[in-house]
Amino acid sequence: MSIDLKTIKHISKLARISVDEQRAEKLAGDLNSIFDFIEKLNELKTDNVEPLTSIAETTLKLRSDEVKSKNIREQIIKNSPQDNEDYFVVPKVIE
Amino acid sequence: MSDITKQSLTELVENIKNKKLSSTDVTKAFIDRSEKSVELNTYITNDFTSALDKAKKFDQKPNLDLKLPGIPMAVKDLFCTKDIKTTAGSKILNNFVPTYESTVTENIWNEGAILLGKLNCDEFAMGSSNETSFFGNVQSPIDKNLVPGGSSGGSASAVAGQLTPVTIGTDTGGSIRQPASFTGIVGLKPTYGSCSRYGIVAFASSLDQAGPMAQNVKDCALLHEVISSYDPKDSTSIEFKRNHYSKELTNNIKGKKIGIPKEYRVDGMPKEIEDLWQKGIQYIKDCGAETIDISLPNTSYALPTYYIVAPAEASSNLARYDGVKYGFRAKGENLIDMYEKTRSEGFGAEVQRRIMIGTYVLSSGYYDAYYLKAQKVRKLIKNDFDEAYKKVDAILTPSTPSSAFKIGEKTNDPVSMYLNDIFTVPVNLAGLPGISIPAGHDSKGYPLGLQIIGKAFDEQNILNIAYAMEEKINFKNKITDWWIK
Repeated sequence: MSIDLKTIKHISKLARISVDEQRAEKLAGDLNSIFDFIEKLNELKTDNVEPLTSIAETTLKLRSDEVKSKNIREQIIKNSPQDNEDYFVVPKVIE
Repeated sequence: MSDITKQSLTELVENIKNKKLSSTDVTKAFIDRSEKSVELNTYITNDFTSALDKAKKFDQKPNLDLKLPGIPMAVKDLFCTKDIKTTAGSKILNNFVPTYESTVTENIWNEGAILLGKLNCDEFAMGSSNETSFFGNVQSPIDKNLVPGGSSGGSASAVAGQLTPVTIGTDTGGSIRQPASFTGIVGLKPTYGSCSRYGIVAFASSLDQAGPMAQNVKDCALLHEVISSYDPKDSTSIEFKRNHYSKELTNNIKGKKIGIPKEYRVDGMPKEIEDLWQKGIQYIKDCGAETIDISLPNTSYALPTYYIVAPAEASSNLARYDGVKYGFRAKGENLIDMYEKTRSEGFGAEVQRRIMIGTYVLSSGYYDAYYLKAQKVRKLIKNDFDEAYKKVDAILTPSTPSSAFKIGEKTNDPVSMYLNDIFTVPVNLAGLPGISIPAGHDSKGYPLGLQIIGKAFDEQNILNIAYAMEEKINFKNKITDWWIK
């Protein structure tokens, strides 16, 4: 298997990470060597194996639907790079 | 004063309880030594002034019934600490000041301990050498330009270098046990669900666990007893009867059956590691326990499985760093451009690499071939352990396939770096507890560790085995203080 530059560009778009040409080439090299190593899994037959989706063999606990954190607007907004005290501010999205 | 930092946690607690030492004495001693140890680059943020204040306050009205009365402690910078900057070793969180406290650190402060500062680590805990941190690599107290291991590299260096009596790290694929092994200290990765993940910067949620790192097994047991708790704020936290691990610690392991898995004898493993393992087997027998050859047939598939599961979960967890709600924001022409530049400038190379792998294996058309396949193999790996534990009480392996390496030695080859975790990763995939104890030195004088893997929730048993072996091994860490002028 080989991951080409086009695929790198596609993944970087999905991952929302801008990648320039030089970086894309380095990433393609790295990912190819990592996937060569991952391909080892194809040696194993797993048709009848149940996938392991949760390591803790317990069912999720139910709890009553109560508000526990009240009046924490200030705390939530405190670390934002840009806000107007009530809302997070982002670059304009509507023309 | 200088002798204070050489004392174990257990000794310090005793001396404070007997009023031979005050919390101020102890806190001052660790601050002094930390200030002389800047070259190790263990701290990202220190909180020394406030730590001294807290120590003085403690001494005015000491509560000596607590488990960690007035004990100063630095912690990995992956734990959210209220009003103290928490970076996860990343530029993207360089300005993040949590408004809440992680449950495990809360448990520690509730037992009387005092925060010294936040310790360096690989960015988002992704690394095996502490070289991916935005705040620079950490030096090992063992030797100059030697890696302390990772991702809890700052934590390992701080304990081995006596800058903190004990600490906590996190372990997703070996991030407590590998650095513990590289620096000659004890590190425990608890059973998945034993310690709350609330307030820990998430890497791979089905694998992450917090755990103690210490100079000896008893200290490790005491700290584990403090941090392990059921927490409704973590939906995967598990309710079970937790032991008084330090009180119930015993070196009597007569009749225990310890498995020796043949698959851990990997190609190219140095003879020194094989010899260490054989020595470990002899120590087990000297303690009156029995060793049994076992097989964990799918061991060699663990690392490839891990490098699908962990990046997949990381790519989802790290989606939250978008420059909007907190953290670093880069300027962009529009919203999407802002996201893409923020993440490109805010994340380091290794984190970007893993997000890319994770995004790829979860993307349309590849999900079944990679992610689903990995989940199935993960099941096979867990089955191997379940089968083995029908015959044995615990498993003994080397902690790492080699001793610590030089800074820069493996940074250009991600796969050779990943191979460091070959003996630790299966334990995370199966959700089991594992402990690394120092067991010897290689020809260069660098520490080597042995790992004891337990059944789920059987921390007491592996702590006991470690305790019994520790007595026989009688390891002495060679710390020369090379960094202190």
